[in-house]
Amino acid sequence: MEKKLQIIVQKLEKEFGAIASETRGEVSLFVLAERIIAVCQQIQGQGFELLSAMTAVDYWPQENPRFHVVYEFTSVSKNLRLEIRVPVPGLNPSLPTVSGIYRNANWREREVWDMFGIRFEGHPDLRRILMPADWEGHPLRKDYPLGYEEPQFSFNSEEIDLRKPYAKE
Amino acid sequence: MGVEQKLGNMGVVTTTLEQAVNWSRTNAMWPMLFGLACCAIEMMAAQASHYDMSRFGMELMRPSPRQSDLMIVAGRVSRKMAPVLRRLYDQMPEPKWVISMGDCASCGGVFNNYAIMQGVDEVVPVDVYVAGCPPRPEALLHGIVTLYEKVRGMKFAEVK
Repeated sequence: MEKKLQIIVQKLEKEFGAIASETRGEVSLFVLAERIIAVCQQIQGQGFELLSAMTAVDYWPQENPRFHVVYEFTSVSKNLRLEIRVPVPGLNPSLPTVSGIYRNANWREREVWDMFGIRFEGHPDLRRILMPADWEGHPLRKDYPLGYEEPQFSFNSEEIDLRKPYAKE
Repeated sequence: MGVEQKLGNMGVVTTTLEQAVNWSRTNAMWPMLFGLACCAIEMMAAQASHYDMSRFGMELMRPSPRQSDLMIVAGRVSRKMAPVLRRLYDQMPEPKWVISMGDCASCGGVFNNYAIMQGVDEVVPVDVYVAGCPPRPEALLHGIVTLYEKVRGMKFAEVK
């Protein structure tokens, strides 16, 4: 770990009880959900101006809590990268929004809501961004079905044809 | 043969109204650009000079639906794009035809998932399906010639 990054990470560990882990030179900090806004403000003060990526991962059924929301911060001035992981439980998942601190988190949080169903409290405009507005379900969860329709081979071609929706005019 | 025999070589041809109308429809059918994904590249290649589509009457490609007869849906249509596709199809004046180009527009292609519409014939009625991933320009031209044969066989009683 770089020295500058090490100082920042140690400060965050002491203040917020975060747990740091390092893989191949990339640092990952585990933070609890209640503290994420304070952590983000602290990080922005330390020089991480850019939230480069924000996604979520679903570890069902192996791990509990089920979701990990992953934030990746980049400091352009100091040439550093830092990843923050927030474990979120599967029942009514919700997190406070960081779009007040980092403006580009707005659409990233909409995408996480659309694909995983994790609500963000305080978000100005939480609605679906990739799927149509009246879609039901959250596609990137592990218990969402993988395919969409049964493949048509020559032996079941007619039966599937009868059930497919065709446009009349 | 009637009139033609009697008039000899005076440059007069008799035909039926249906044949004349269908001939004019096929000789100047203007496609609407609906290239969504990779098949659009092959559509552009078919329109370019090597495999010329203007030989078949498609001199221009109009991006506006109000000025085109044929909609070539080239590429995969996502669920969010489907109402837009239907609205543009409704804005085309009669008579209109649809060619579904490529595997993704015909049947969903390799994408059997929540995001891609499994065949564009769920929202618009398709006349000719051109298979391929992507279909070669010659395959698209074959599809267009097949559509022309269909149009030449159209009767007025069938008009919707």
